[in-house]
Amino acid sequence: MSNTSHHLWHFHGGLKLPGHKAMSTGSPVARATLPAQLVVPVQQHIGEPGKLLVEVGERVLKGQMLSQADEYVSAAIHAPTSGTISAIEERPIPHPSGLSALCVVIETDGEDQWIELAPLQHPRAKSPTELRQLIRQAGIVGLGGATFPTAVKVNPGPRAKIDTLVINGAECEPYISCDDMQMREQADQLISGCQLIQYMVSARHCQIAIEDNKPEAIAAVEAQIKAEGLSTIEVVAIPTLYPTGGEKQLIKVLTNREVPSDGLPSDIGILVQNVATAVAVHRAIYLGEPLISRIVTVTGEGVAQPQNLQVLIGTPMAELIAQCGGYHKDAARLIMGGPMMGFSLRTDELPVTKGCNCLLVENSAEQLPTTMPCIRCSACAEACPAQLLPQQMYWHASSKNFDLVQDYHLFDCIECGCCSYVCPSQIPLVQYFRFAKTEIWNQERDRQKSDHARIRHDFRQQRLEREKKEREEKLRKKKEMLEKKKQQEAEQGDSAPADPKKAAIEAAMKRVQQKKAAQQTDSNDEQ
Amino acid sequence: MQFKTATSPHTTLPGSVQSVMFKVLLAMVPGTIAMIVFFGWGVLINILLASVVALSCEALMLWLRKRPLKPYLFDGSALLTASLLAIALPQLAPWWLTLIATAFAIIVAKHLYGGLGFNPFNPAMVGYVVVLISFPREMTQWVPPLVEGHVLLSFSETLRVIFTGELPLNYTWDAITMATPLDTVKTQLGLELSISEIESHAVYGPMFGAMGGFGWEWVNGLFLASGLYLCFKRIIDWRIPAGVILALLVFSNVFALYDYASFTPPTFHLLSGGIMLGAFFIATDPVTAATTRKGRWLYGLGIGSFIYIIRTWGGYPDGIAFAILLMNMAVPLLDYYTMPRAFGHRWNEFPHHHKGDEDEH
Amino acid sequence: MSLVIAVVTVAVIAALFGLLLGFASVKFHVEGDPVVDKIDALLPQTQCGQCTYPGCRPYAEAIAAGEANINQCPPGGEATMLALAELLGMEPMPLDDEHADMPEKTVVFIDENTCIGCTLCIQACPVDAILGAAKQMHTIIEDECTGCDLCIPPCPVDCIHIKPVKVEPDTWRWPLPEQRDTAPRA
Repeated sequence: MSNTSHHLWHFHGGLKLPGHKAMSTGSPVARATLPAQLVVPVQQHIGEPGKLLVEVGERVLKGQMLSQADEYVSAAIHAPTSGTISAIEERPIPHPSGLSALCVVIETDGEDQWIELAPLQHPRAKSPTELRQLIRQAGIVGLGGATFPTAVKVNPGPRAKIDTLVINGAECEPYISCDDMQMREQADQLISGCQLIQYMVSARHCQIAIEDNKPEAIAAVEAQIKAEGLSTIEVVAIPTLYPTGGEKQLIKVLTNREVPSDGLPSDIGILVQNVATAVAVHRAIYLGEPLISRIVTVTGEGVAQPQNLQVLIGTPMAELIAQCGGYHKDAARLIMGGPMMGFSLRTDELPVTKGCNCLLVENSAEQLPTTMPCIRCSACAEACPAQLLPQQMYWHASSKNFDLVQDYHLFDCIECGCCSYVCPSQIPLVQYFRFAKTEIWNQERDRQKSDHARIRHDFRQQRLEREKKEREEKLRKKKEMLEKKKQQEAEQGDSAPADPKKAAIEAAMKRVQQKKAAQQTDSNDEQ
Repeated sequence: MQFKTATSPHTTLPGSVQSVMFKVLLAMVPGTIAMIVFFGWGVLINILLASVVALSCEALMLWLRKRPLKPYLFDGSALLTASLLAIALPQLAPWWLTLIATAFAIIVAKHLYGGLGFNPFNPAMVGYVVVLISFPREMTQWVPPLVEGHVLLSFSETLRVIFTGELPLNYTWDAITMATPLDTVKTQLGLELSISEIESHAVYGPMFGAMGGFGWEWVNGLFLASGLYLCFKRIIDWRIPAGVILALLVFSNVFALYDYASFTPPTFHLLSGGIMLGAFFIATDPVTAATTRKGRWLYGLGIGSFIYIIRTWGGYPDGIAFAILLMNMAVPLLDYYTMPRAFGHRWNEFPHHHKGDEDEH
Repeated sequence: MSLVIAVVTVAVIAALFGLLLGFASVKFHVEGDPVVDKIDALLPQTQCGQCTYPGCRPYAEAIAAGEANINQCPPGGEATMLALAELLGMEPMPLDDEHADMPEKTVVFIDENTCIGCTLCIQACPVDAILGAAKQMHTIIEDECTGCDLCIPPCPVDCIHIKPVKVEPDTWRWPLPEQRDTAPRA
């Protein structure tokens, strides 16, 4: 239970960054005011979008399911408060592209009336599968930012044996403090959630890893463990080093083991869950509450009163900023997430989503630094926590040599930003890698599509050939029949003329066919 | 409210190529001052002359290549090339020698290959080798360090020698210039003298100090100290100089132990000529050096080995420039075969089979 | 004598290498390259005929036979040309004006108010992506449409229109960073 005796390891590279965390941890987590309108995107997770269950004009209650997860890797969404659905349409969502996606727009009625909940008093009486189903119903996704459906993650499959549950309280990105505050204030719920997940995956141990720059959180969680007298859960204080909060990096620090490049933590008997996810699991099981709100850190030099807020999903970001005293006059950039991995937004008229852990407002209005050519100094490789060679990848990505860039393990890049951070030439390395990744995915989609088109084209060719053959066969048979008839008639000695009607039809058909053939060759020629 | 967007990360270190270059330049100051003390004003004049030529050539090439002048002219890389080159050249080298070397370095070795970051060969060393091969006589005009019986020229006298080639009255070239200790050792060993005989020789003896060449000890010591500081500050990678020095130590020890009469001792190797300058300031040029950790070790070891081989058996008294250029050539190979194992991979599976290749079978 | 030795030595070496080569040709025999398949696999399969051949496979056959250039595929654009160049060990060649790169992917849609149900477009579609029957309104299965535009000329009432493929957040691509410097242009 002590955090001192634990032996820890290092991952390659990493950065010591100024934390800027105290900025937003001064006051307890406040509840954000209920906005007049909530915009809930249908897809807030990795995987397939859910199936909509509601219609425009319908009144919904707080916690009512808006879309259900039909596919395995999918997550439900719920009404964050009671109100009327005024629209189901495309609205801008917080995404680096700035594009729009399908959203459910709810005009809130201020009553905040819950749907009937089904809390579980004794979850251990249920099987893990039943609990997973409840988590699935509650629409819980990884709240650290990855938004992978939790019900899928806590189902490692029959072959994987989970030994240790790791709760990720590292929160290594500067400025963000929502997990810190959650651990300080809701340690009891966190521990309860840990025990539930431990039960679901039958993990013997649970380690709550917290960076040592959060002594209050460490103390709070340790006190809770002590109070409950738990022996299988321990707090591990880990050195503050970015990006320790990366799943694979955290596992390396705790166990000195590396998750295989093409594998999952479950391959080495580990499951990692975020602090906020564990709390959400607790609330879903014991209280029956679906995931309809989360803690968001609103911080940065560009906002007047940085703090953490408990926010309903779908709340417009502008309202959160307003509640935090509005923008500083020099506010220049709005970032969802941290300064290292977050993406900047074009506008604050966007809804908070399940993956939104932080809204960072930066003041720096300075000019973008001039990018100089790469001088091959290798500072990026020294900083890379995935032991990659960013400068080589940059070389190949910028020349669109997508085969070679994959040879340099592009897809092991976690986009942590360490390389760009240290680059003396100020090259936006991470963007090159994102560019290469999305281009490769696009090529893969194109390839699949062209394979599909080839199959359909071949199929059509075969069909046309078959039809042609069939037509010829028919024609041949008909001719034979006619000849037979003629012969018969000749034999009968009765030289009655052939049916003129039939002959006319036949001639017409021939003409049509000729015309068609001509048309087809014509149209081909035109191309 | 509307915002401008940018890609993550949204903060970066304030460092720049310029600051790297100027830190390296700054670290060269102590060693350079020692050189001025021991070898006279020619060092400074050469540096100034080379800098002017380098910046002019850089500006000309940037203009011809239609590049913005400001970021590249002031990035310090041309100045660094010029300084390294100037220190490597003989102190009384005629002005046109410095001009040719510097212009070749900047125009051909740097810009014709694509400018900063794209040159495969160290520009300073290319410039040096070009004049070394083309003008062997002028390249021997080394001023002997402050040894009794030799006089250092004054600033104005030095200027006159460099720009007009006129020697001050009463002086002959032989009186003011002299072969370097490395050169002497090479020549005298060729004349069947042993190392101890050379060191106690009436004429050549004084140019040998306690450990290396007289004066050179100080110069190398100061370059070593400031080089170590750069390593400590992570501005240059310690593996390259470590490799150079290690290889030199191993080679010189092995051969000196085998036959101390014909092979110079390790201390002499390390503290004569431009070893420390070469190991810490020239070989560590990131653009032309290997980039992986293992690759940098091999790169350094290779340079050290070549230096020893060229000094001992080659046709030139010192081989730093050739050693560096030879290893520059090997850099792509080194980088390719020393790729580190990526996280989560059991070993380095490079080069891979491409997906497409498998499909085709 | 030395002459004999020389001749014998060279002869023996020649024989040895001959054996080695013969062995290698058996041991490392490469199965006949289905090069047409390889080329076909790189083509975008729009079956649009813009290369002047009636479909992707005929174009692949023409390239394999050396009758066609590798730069005649507008839907594939530069990427396809480069892939072909690499596959065939040829020098990349610029796309000529006639076969210029198509900037964005498109599909067609049928203005269902105008369609008279003539089935001409159905017959033109190389991938059977149009649904409909005589005198019934036709519609295009957007996921199957390759954007070849072959259905447009036959339509007697011009009810088929081109529209770009919509970019969704999960098919959106990060742009190549702007060159804020002036790194050498290739």
